[in-house]
Amino acid sequence: MESKLLSEFYHLDDFRTLAGYQKQGGYQVMKKALAMQPQAIIDEVKASGLRGRGGAGFPTGMKWGFLPKNNEPRYLLCNADEGEPGTFKDRLMMERAPHQLIEGMVISGHAISSQKGYIYVRGEYHYPISVLEKALKEAYDAGLLGKNILGTGITFDLDIYAGAGAYICGEETGMISSLEGFKGQPKLKPPFPAVKGYLHKPTIVNNVETLAAVVPIIKDGAAAYRKYGTEKSPGTKLFSLSGNIVRPGNYEVPLAYPLKDLIFKEGGGMKPGRKLKAVIPGGSSAPVLTAEEAEKTTMDYENLTAVGSMLGSGAVIVIDDSQCMVDMLGVLTHFYHHESCGQCTPCREGTGWLNKVVHSILDGRGRLQDIELLLKVADNMKGRTICALSDAAALPVISFVSKFRDEFEYFVREGHSKVKGVRHAEMHH
Amino acid sequence: MLQQGFVLSSEGLAKVKKELTRYEAKESAIIPALYVAQSENKGWVSDEVISHLSQVMEIPESRINEVFKFYTMFNQKPVGKYHVQVCTNISCALNGSRELAQHICRELKVGYDQVTEDQRFTVSKVECLGSCGTAPMMQVNDAYYENLTAESAMNILRGMK
Repeated sequence: MESKLLSEFYHLDDFRTLAGYQKQGGYQVMKKALAMQPQAIIDEVKASGLRGRGGAGFPTGMKWGFLPKNNEPRYLLCNADEGEPGTFKDRLMMERAPHQLIEGMVISGHAISSQKGYIYVRGEYHYPISVLEKALKEAYDAGLLGKNILGTGITFDLDIYAGAGAYICGEETGMISSLEGFKGQPKLKPPFPAVKGYLHKPTIVNNVETLAAVVPIIKDGAAAYRKYGTEKSPGTKLFSLSGNIVRPGNYEVPLAYPLKDLIFKEGGGMKPGRKLKAVIPGGSSAPVLTAEEAEKTTMDYENLTAVGSMLGSGAVIVIDDSQCMVDMLGVLTHFYHHESCGQCTPCREGTGWLNKVVHSILDGRGRLQDIELLLKVADNMKGRTICALSDAAALPVISFVSKFRDEFEYFVREGHSKVKGVRHAEMHH
Repeated sequence: MLQQGFVLSSEGLAKVKKELTRYEAKESAIIPALYVAQSENKGWVSDEVISHLSQVMEIPESRINEVFKFYTMFNQKPVGKYHVQVCTNISCALNGSRELAQHICRELKVGYDQVTEDQRFTVSKVECLGSCGTAPMMQVNDAYYENLTAESAMNILRGMK
């Protein structure tokens, strides 16, 4: 069964232009949607079971349903602040199919009765931003955006906002703070953005892939979308495959696709002479899987949760047997320490301690009790802060240490990696 | 750091004024304005830049500073003409990016976040840039260079005058 609901035409160079997009039926679904009642679109998205593709996996239709039933102006914010290490699918979507995102946003905007949307793109994405800017201009010039879209009387304005380098702005309330012109610090919830978001107005924040997926859902209906995936994880998903693998890249497959096939078929498997050691299945915040676990699991929300990890953003990071897990954890603890916004004490201090302790092991100064200390610090960071970054920093530590404990113990005992040829100290400074 | 008399060009000033009315809240223009000013101040933002923006935008310096210091894309000290940012996060590290960053520093005879003697280069290690499937990579000013080897990276950099 052909499963490229989003990416079927991404290989065509002109698909990023309005003419090329329309050649493949682009904006026809928008026409259909603008003739529908907003509630009918919400009902279809709810029935499709679409879940947020940015990382949290929250049901999209349910999120939309949290909006107050009144005439207050509301905003639609597209989260294109792709920053979860290992993830590069939104970048591909914006570069190859900017009109698909715009079409999805006009439909979604109509569904939630919003007249104004923003695409918040990470500042480093200069090229995707330039592609989006061109597409926005084309859409405005063709009357597909702005006032009275295609004579329907419906208004939807769309603009781009470039961030400036902060992982935390991918958290929806951090993104709203940033768009409002503040430090990108998350806000305490409730109130949720759907009730009180951008400028205290009701706001829906959805990921690029989520908004684009609304197009095929409205095109062929929820039932057709549900032919892919499982009851709890319907549809297709773009997976970003990276790390020690022959063919890294983005692959769209139905949810519940075997991780083993994703790595060995789509990804071409391991480099010559190498063996699979570990896989991070859903971006750097997802607990790591051993090779054995990876070979058994499927890529859907429920099965990854069952093996103690998560689907997250769908970024599959493949680690082979030439790598040292202590070294790789050092890379991750450094990242979370750097990106903690500093607002909540357990996260600000905890990420710092985790990073210091892992690096003292990497520097050959580790003590056996440091391994327990890592687990204790990580445990104290879970569920104690206003956003998910603290948990996201703790989970990799707990999974790396508990699943590859022998590598940590060896490093502490011997002062160097268990893996031959890996030299750390100089790499980490 | 103090720097004498920064003033936006008339073109830059027009851009900043336009950003001030582009969004619902005036303060949303702080990030875009910092980008404009940074590009007109050789790639970094000094106290003088903040002070000038504050006057032009009629927003307190402390308010602009708060935003400026939070985001990593604004440089708080001078950088070379070409700011070479090598991603050293996990997917790139798995593909030798840390060794690549060291190699570039050695070849350019410069430490991380320092400026080469000829003022041309600054090399920094940065977090994930969303180029994980084309690792290792570097961003030089606004452009991405992907699937690098030690040799190809140096060829690219030597071509930048």
